[in-house]
Amino acid sequence: MTGYDVAIIGAGSVGLPAAHFLAAAGLRIAVFDPLPSPGRGENRAAIGGVRATHSEPAKAALCLDSIEVFATWRERYGDDLEWRRGGYLFVAYREEDEAALRAVIAAQQAMGLGIAWVGPSEVADLAPGIVADELRGGSYSPGDGSASPLAAAHAFRIRAERSGARFHFGEPVVAIDVRCGRVHGVTTPHGSYPAPIVVNAAGAAARTVGRMAGLDLAVAPDAHEAAITAPVSRFLEPMVVDLRPGPGSKNCYFYQSATGQILFCLTPDPPITGTDRRATSSFLPAVAQRLVAVLPRLRHLQVRRTWRGLYPATPDGSPLIGWAGPAGSFVAVGMCGQGFMLGPGVARLVVRTLTGHPATGDAEILDELAPDRAFESAEVLT
Amino acid sequence: MDTPRAQRGRLERHPVLAIGRDARPVRFSWEGRPLEARPGEVISSALIAAGVDVFGRHAKDRTPQGLFCANGQCAQCLVLADGIPVKACMTSVTTGMQVRPVVGLPALPEGGDAETGPVAVREVDVLVIGAGPAGLAAAAELGAAGVTVLVVDDKAVAGGKLVLQTHKFFGSREHTSAGTRGIDIATELSAVIAEQSTVELWLETTAVGVFSDRRIGVVRNGRYTLIAPAAVLVATGARERQLPFPGHTLPGVYGAGALQTLLNRDQVAPCTRLIVIGGGNVGLIAAYHALQAGIEVAGVVEVRPSVGGYQVHADKLRRLGVPVYLRHTVLAAHGVDRVEAVTIAQVGAGGAAIPGSANTLAADAVLVAVGLAPLDELARQAEECGMDVYVAGDAHAIAEASAAIYSGKIAARRILATRTPDAVSVPAEWEDELARLAAGPGPVGPAPLPPAGLDRYPVLRCTQEIPCNPCASVCKRGAIELVGDPLRGLPRFTGDCTGCAKCVAICPGLAITLVDRTGDPERPIVTVPFEMDAALVEAGTEVLACDGDGAPLGRFPVVAVRRRTWQDRTALIDIEATRATGDAIAGIRVRDPHDLRLVEARPVGSTPEDVVVCRCERVTAGEVRAAIGSGVRDLNEMKGMLRVCMGACGGRSCAEHITRLFHEEGVGAADVIAPTTRPLFTEVPLAVFAAGSRSP
Repeated sequence: MTGYDVAIIGAGSVGLPAAHFLAAAGLRIAVFDPLPSPGRGENRAAIGGVRATHSEPAKAALCLDSIEVFATWRERYGDDLEWRRGGYLFVAYREEDEAALRAVIAAQQAMGLGIAWVGPSEVADLAPGIVADELRGGSYSPGDGSASPLAAAHAFRIRAERSGARFHFGEPVVAIDVRCGRVHGVTTPHGSYPAPIVVNAAGAAARTVGRMAGLDLAVAPDAHEAAITAPVSRFLEPMVVDLRPGPGSKNCYFYQSATGQILFCLTPDPPITGTDRRATSSFLPAVAQRLVAVLPRLRHLQVRRTWRGLYPATPDGSPLIGWAGPAGSFVAVGMCGQGFMLGPGVARLVVRTLTGHPATGDAEILDELAPDRAFESAEVLT
Repeated sequence: MDTPRAQRGRLERHPVLAIGRDARPVRFSWEGRPLEARPGEVISSALIAAGVDVFGRHAKDRTPQGLFCANGQCAQCLVLADGIPVKACMTSVTTGMQVRPVVGLPALPEGGDAETGPVAVREVDVLVIGAGPAGLAAAAELGAAGVTVLVVDDKAVAGGKLVLQTHKFFGSREHTSAGTRGIDIATELSAVIAEQSTVELWLETTAVGVFSDRRIGVVRNGRYTLIAPAAVLVATGARERQLPFPGHTLPGVYGAGALQTLLNRDQVAPCTRLIVIGGGNVGLIAAYHALQAGIEVAGVVEVRPSVGGYQVHADKLRRLGVPVYLRHTVLAAHGVDRVEAVTIAQVGAGGAAIPGSANTLAADAVLVAVGLAPLDELARQAEECGMDVYVAGDAHAIAEASAAIYSGKIAARRILATRTPDAVSVPAEWEDELARLAAGPGPVGPAPLPPAGLDRYPVLRCTQEIPCNPCASVCKRGAIELVGDPLRGLPRFTGDCTGCAKCVAICPGLAITLVDRTGDPERPIVTVPFEMDAALVEAGTEVLACDGDGAPLGRFPVVAVRRRTWQDRTALIDIEATRATGDAIAGIRVRDPHDLRLVEARPVGSTPEDVVVCRCERVTAGEVRAAIGSGVRDLNEMKGMLRVCMGACGGRSCAEHITRLFHEEGVGAADVIAPTTRPLFTEVPLAVFAAGSRSP
């Protein structure tokens, strides 16, 4: 074997689209994952929301690019990723939420993002049945949407393979070969694979993988739970985010997928750190109380399944992307639970960076997300 | 032979069950049409009683959907009840309820307020999940030792599948109530735990999820409670294996549990002419139950060269006139909105249908009984959550109910042993008894010759070792003994017979007749057991008697029909035979096995590639094969591609079919990765979680 151009560690939300775009760019790609098929880590735990309306320019830019990928995938490749441009609707019931949203909207509009304040009646039109009492309005970004992480993982893998990428499932990387200050490939229980570039896209395992290259990456997983219902006919377009806190939680959000199913989550407060991916008994009652408090008709939904996934969190809520450590070592980690929506955009940034063809703005993004940055500002609305 | 015309709808009589007659029916409507239900009756049974088979149309292909599992698992029976999508098989009709079909995806109702409240946590020493034979027997054993036990079961009465069993049970007369009908064993077991102060039984309570904090969520009457047990005994029984064939999603194709629920619990006949697929005990018994309900059973189809169930069950059917088609398989069920005909064919040595052997029979229902698999998902998840887990009954290993009772008792003793240092351990003879009860039937031997030189004697047509001893136990003279094993040995008559006919009445296999030659030697009286509709056999008329294999021997007069209380609803028919036929008469035909009602062969309508393997999402075999061909080995990846295992049933049905397709495509089981299972076990309204332990 003559080896690969790039070894990607992790066949998840970032590694899969990265494999696809790198292979499509003509590079010889190998992807390693300890799990038996694509997206088996945190990718499939994502509920599928995709928004560009972040408060940090880097994430906004990357997700805009992701939306372009999701929205055009079907016509380019024929696969149905269940993409829907349903928009995001952050609703405000409290003065402080309105103030926070209005401040973010101003910044987002300055970045050129399609988002605006909408009044209570527009909110009620967008989320029929939403509790009107004390509803002040919300921010609405119609360009955002959702897609199926499962369908996307499969499609990325298939297209990557057709472009020549090789997937090594069930094959954990146990060492990154570093000699004379640069990487030379990876080693798994099945053998060694030479590659001059190694991309750490290991999600929740990013820190462990980073250590193999002598890095101490500031990525620590915390757990979030989600659930899905039986399908109902279309009644809701946007992802609805309720910013009010509840017992043990910050915001709470839900949307109706292309299949008609409702997916929902809440953000635990304080965060539940660790890697336990088993469902807890507290999630469903807590989230159900919050959901019916914002949209009472949701009570008729049949909850089908619940699960827990990990957010590979960083201190400031933004990813770590860029060259780090020995020469040839690239990291694309710390997606903080937004790996699915960031993935395609990050993947295209990785291609441009690895092939030495940066686009306008890439330098700013890489600077903002530099793995060795000082973590100062936290994201306003996670 | 006058066969009463089989009728769809509510049963008007039954040879074993007391027909429920309620003065005040519950009025409701279906698509605006006024209908009546019995109090407490589930929507599905009320609709089927009214002749409604199609409850809705699938969102993906608009194919008809109706009752399938009758057990809250499959969601094929979804209807709108007052605008809210519910499973018809698990939802009781209420007065004035407006029921409508679900066509495509149901709409989410608008308006209203939702209650919220806290979730109560109930601590208990042992949580027993499932009040079937294993769960009840275990609870009784734990209760006797003073342990605090909570038993939960999703049905309205305890007993599990026992409450659907109208036949007398096998096993040991002393230890497992052999010779008693399943419905009555359920009552006996329930009565024991009702007496125990530390055992609490929650009926209509569904265990919906196991969580990492070692709590099990249960829904009881719409209220959600978390149970925190020190130990959990999983006695959740079995799930029925399914068989995908063209037309298998049509309304009118049922699992055995569904048909038995309709017939024996709700006393509703969904069909008039039934074909049974599968010659195991479940299929053979369900066919017998259908006959008892007045349904014509056109045949039992078994792919193997012999039945897998007890020979006596198959013989009972053959004698009644039901053909058992060995080395046959089902090719298709035909019909537009429900089953109208079924094509069966002979199979060759390789298991493939022999060309030209297909016959299409008129039938309005198909019963699929191709085996059971342990319902052990809850146990596996409880183990993953670090709980102290025990498994008993079918959830542990598929066997007869008698074995489940022993399995429950043994599991209870194991739990006790971990709690009390000097607790009674499991008696060695219990393990032996369980092994005997759980072992499958032995080979079929020749029928023993009737005793010579006697003028009154039983003829024992028990030719296969099965765990069953009522005949030996019941004989006052001790004239019947089991040869070899005291439970599994074949019975042998030795000595003298008083002619009491107790053995004839109690034999669960209906395999004993009594020959009495003490009168006119040319006209011996043969006493035959009979458990079908009383109108089929009346004194002073003639019946078509048949031999042990079901071959006709001629018409003979019935001199008496005895129905005494001690016979426990098994009629004893005294037939005046001839000298030559006295020993041969084994049963009475109630239908003509040659009445095939062949109809014009129909095109099967779909290829094997079109067969739906995932009912919930209507995914075909061809799609799955293509995915396998593309290199997919992980069912979790196939979920993302095809949506298999993502429907309401959570992969309980399709995973097995997909595994078979992998095998057919040459991929070994070791290379296939099973789908991950997560809570919940069944769909639960969000309102239940929101309202917590408060009534919503």
